[in-house]
Amino acid sequence: MGLSARARYSRGQFAGQALVLPAVLLVLVGLVLPVGATLSATFGAPGGPLSAYDAFFASGFRRTVLLRTVSVALTVTTIAVVLGFCTAYVVSRAPGWLKSILIIAAVFPLLTGVVVRSFAWLVILGKNGILNDALMGLGLIEQPLSLLYTPGAVVVAMVYLFVPLMILTLVGVLDAIPDELIQASASLGASPMATFTQVILPLAVPGLIVGAVLVFTGSFTAYATPQLLGGEQVMMMGTLMYQQAMVTFDWVSASTIAAIMMVVTLGIVAVMNSAARRLNPMAS
Amino acid sequence: MPTRLHPALIGVAGLVFVFFVGPLVIVLGAALSDTTYLTFPPQGLSLRWFENIFAIDAFRRTMLTSLQVAFLSTFLALMIGIPAAYAMSRHRVHLPGCLSTLFVLPVLVPELVVGFSLLKNVAFQLHAPIFLSLVIGHTILILPYAIRVVSASLAQFDFSIEEAAISLGSPRLKTFFTVLLPNIRSGIIAAFILAFITSINDVSISIFLTGPGLSTLPIQLLAHMEQFFDPTVASVSVLLMGLTVVVMAVVERTLGLTFLAK
Repeated sequence: MGLSARARYSRGQFAGQALVLPAVLLVLVGLVLPVGATLSATFGAPGGPLSAYDAFFASGFRRTVLLRTVSVALTVTTIAVVLGFCTAYVVSRAPGWLKSILIIAAVFPLLTGVVVRSFAWLVILGKNGILNDALMGLGLIEQPLSLLYTPGAVVVAMVYLFVPLMILTLVGVLDAIPDELIQASASLGASPMATFTQVILPLAVPGLIVGAVLVFTGSFTAYATPQLLGGEQVMMMGTLMYQQAMVTFDWVSASTIAAIMMVVTLGIVAVMNSAARRLNPMAS
Repeated sequence: MPTRLHPALIGVAGLVFVFFVGPLVIVLGAALSDTTYLTFPPQGLSLRWFENIFAIDAFRRTMLTSLQVAFLSTFLALMIGIPAAYAMSRHRVHLPGCLSTLFVLPVLVPELVVGFSLLKNVAFQLHAPIFLSLVIGHTILILPYAIRVVSASLAQFDFSIEEAAISLGSPRLKTFFTVLLPNIRSGIIAAFILAFITSINDVSISIFLTGPGLSTLPIQLLAHMEQFFDPTVASVSVLLMGLTVVVMAVVERTLGLTFLAK
């Protein structure tokens, strides 16, 4: 063949690098450069490099939207962590056939689009929706309640959106906990509650953190759910960004919202990643 | 022996699953109702709202666009993702460590930011056709799925089979197509179907890259919901849920659904 081992090796290296090149180019040209341009544009506003951010934080309305988005995302995350953990624990301890059914029941909503899942809550919470019909039928209320376009409606629909994600993340983590560990804890005299809080919970912390990050960033940057169930009354960062970009055509303002979203999302991911590493009892 | 679970815990889990399934059952019921308004339980059974989907021109058109975008971007993501996953899983190839970070960026950067940036800096500044920008956006969105699923099946592949073929004189490229690809076929099918459904369901990237002339099904659904409150949207939702069932069946046959719980 005439090719030395070294030449063959370096040809292999070259081929390997050529194989990843299209993917690298796609992410650079379609994501890194356009998003970078959006971010850098926020510093080029006529009033000085930070004037776009000053304008954002000077507006009481926009500050309210930011605070509301943080509080909705935190509420959703807290509820999703509690419900998701309890459910994932039951799923991971369920017998084989039941476990498969439960996983199917969790995957199904996850693979069903966000529009369909938000629409379901529109049907339930609407003025003539199922909940109001039921409450009036039972004679509990006289007039239909205004349930839509409230923070509560957005929170409920988002919990619905994200709990399956939390469960699937945690089932994998809980399944990885060896049964022997739980049996050892029980045989050493720990009550089931103590085993749960002192053995299982600490081992699940890294999974809880990953799940919580997914839920928080997902709710913080959501668009369809706040748009449908919150509307103008419960504007969130995503809907505000869309409104600035496509209704008022203030692209500097939309870019500023995009930058704030990026900082919050990437900041949370970075902080939680290092927390997950430090809190992992299996590591080190 | 399975550990005993506290009844309250089982109760919570039961309620959570009712909470999962209930709203989707309600949508199904609403779609079958014979009334002109959304209601549950359905009053009279009829399929007329399913017929109405195809009578509304906007739904027909956007469904077609959604399918085109999904097929095209899934195809592109696989064409780009399979070679990348292959190169990364071969341990003798040295690649810069930042690659894995680069390939999770589409997951980390909020979709709304990606969509808006493509609109502002690619479609407007570079005058790229909006359809092309939409396909780029979707390809980027699903590339991490394609790479992750294909990598997972490459991790199961015994590379000594490939080396055996090559040392027996089979050319590298031929080996790739006749030895490697058939062995990771199930992973590729799963990657295709997961990428496809992700593209079909996308809102946050598409919302900026659609308009009166060009729109996708979820965006059209959102617009329809804000104006009308008839069961047509419920019928389209049921169609999309049918697609989910197909996707789940394919994933179960290829990767196994438990793959998604990892």
